[in-house]
Amino acid sequence: MNYGHILEARNLVKRFGDFEAVKGIDVAIDRGESFGFLGPNGAGKTSTMRMISAVSQPTDGTIEIFGLDPRIDGPEIRRRLGVVPQEDSLELELSVKNNLLMYGRYFDLPRSVIRERTTELLEFTQLTERANDKVDNLSGGMKRRLTIARGLMNRPEILILDEPTTGLDPQARHLLWDRLYRLKREGVTLIITTHYMDEAEQLCDRLVIMDQGKIVAEGAPRALIERYSTREVVELRFATDDHEQYVNQITKFADRIEVLPDRILLYVNDGDDALRDVHAAGINPASALVRRSSLEDVFLHLTGRSLTD
Amino acid sequence: MVRVADTQVVNARWIRSWWAHQLFFKQTWRGSVASSLLFPFLFLTSLGVGVGKLVTAHTGLVQGQTYLHFIAPSLLATTAMQLAEGESLWPVLASVKWTRGYHAAAATPLEPDDILFGKLAWVATRAFATSFVYTLIIACFGTLQSWWFLTLPFIGTLVAIAFSAPLVAFAARSDSDASFAVLYRFAMVPMFLFSATFYPLSVYPDYLRPIVQLIPLYHGVALTRAAAFGQGSLGTELAHVAFLLAVAFLGIAWGRRTMRRRLTD
Repeated sequence: MNYGHILEARNLVKRFGDFEAVKGIDVAIDRGESFGFLGPNGAGKTSTMRMISAVSQPTDGTIEIFGLDPRIDGPEIRRRLGVVPQEDSLELELSVKNNLLMYGRYFDLPRSVIRERTTELLEFTQLTERANDKVDNLSGGMKRRLTIARGLMNRPEILILDEPTTGLDPQARHLLWDRLYRLKREGVTLIITTHYMDEAEQLCDRLVIMDQGKIVAEGAPRALIERYSTREVVELRFATDDHEQYVNQITKFADRIEVLPDRILLYVNDGDDALRDVHAAGINPASALVRRSSLEDVFLHLTGRSLTD
Repeated sequence: MVRVADTQVVNARWIRSWWAHQLFFKQTWRGSVASSLLFPFLFLTSLGVGVGKLVTAHTGLVQGQTYLHFIAPSLLATTAMQLAEGESLWPVLASVKWTRGYHAAAATPLEPDDILFGKLAWVATRAFATSFVYTLIIACFGTLQSWWFLTLPFIGTLVAIAFSAPLVAFAARSDSDASFAVLYRFAMVPMFLFSATFYPLSVYPDYLRPIVQLIPLYHGVALTRAAAFGQGSLGTELAHVAFLLAVAFLGIAWGRRTMRRRLTD
């Protein structure tokens, strides 16, 4: 069954009463791919994830996962999926080991297999020393790693991660990213939602940008940046409450500018050149920063809003 | 599209959910087992022995029984009800809202129905075990006077399921436990007190009796007494069983709906 897409959704809609969380999206994901849903909170990412996890039923549209229909073969599809939900949903009163045991039993795995995989997965997520500790006593990063270990218990063909690193410190994030790269190398298909553009850039081969229940762009991170942004960005901050007043003086130095409440962004090919021009024109910002364009800029360009608003 | 059958299945999906409950229970059983048996025992000694002395002095026997014997079987029914409350309200709300354990289970091959049936099977397991031990205890008090007493653990299980199913449904649609206190104050405690648990139905005036007979616990109490003393006609007792079964089935139907909504929307 290696042909075609491992997951395909057409015209996917999710409505809760009058509220339409997902407004007809199409995605097709290949085996072994690492695919991202990038968007701000409330963009409809979690609703989409719950549908492609074969947990919640679409209001409209169709999904095929492993060539199967979740409405008919939900249990069989979920048997082959790993899910890392946004909230860890671990049993806090149980030990680390028993959380994995309980979950493994949900998949009807024999005890001997669960024991073997527990050792392996705790090693993989660096939790071996905490095997017998109550989950309640673990740090946030450890709980997150345990949730990932749990999601891998059934050796899934697709691992679905909803905001995997939200609330983690940088060190814990990088450890998690490292584990996800390794899974990807082993051929696991990863589906990730995130509102962190750096995470999307790091982890995803291809992604869609979602906003208000719709897909506004799709492609590889670099390709999206090339298509929707310039190579570099100059960020200027002025000692003023109103950055609008500088717009007229600055427009001519950039291909395009965006005015945010606290700064002005100049989209240019060469940032240092542009900054020199700005200074030469006698404009003196309180601070200036030259950086490469990111997915944040793509999102800003497409929606007029910042990802973290 | 291909339809793939569940292959290599050893345990039915609801059994896996039941299994999770027993794993959890093994870590916390000491407190709950003690309290689920201690509570009826306290009532039995304080009311049965203490109040029983007064009753015997003033009115003699109650329906041919000493007061202790009269209330001993009915406390089996109330114990089963309380066990169902304890298992079905807070733990279910926790699993759908606080720890979200049911959501985690719903991401595995388990369906909402499996999670519900695993829960009810677990409540039945605990109710049967507790009723069994309680039956042994009241046997030592000399309460049991008929071989029908062998049905007591089953009656306890039936009562527990009749309460557990609607309570799980209620908890699964709750967003906080504020409503639970109201439920206790205005439903569970009055049921405990007024289901002819501590005196016969005949104490009530004629016009109140049909109302009492609408309380599910009343039917459980009536059944336990009939089983312990070998009284009552088969027809009446089957009617009590039918009433409890009806409550259980309605509760299960409601529970399937609320669990599906809560876990898959």
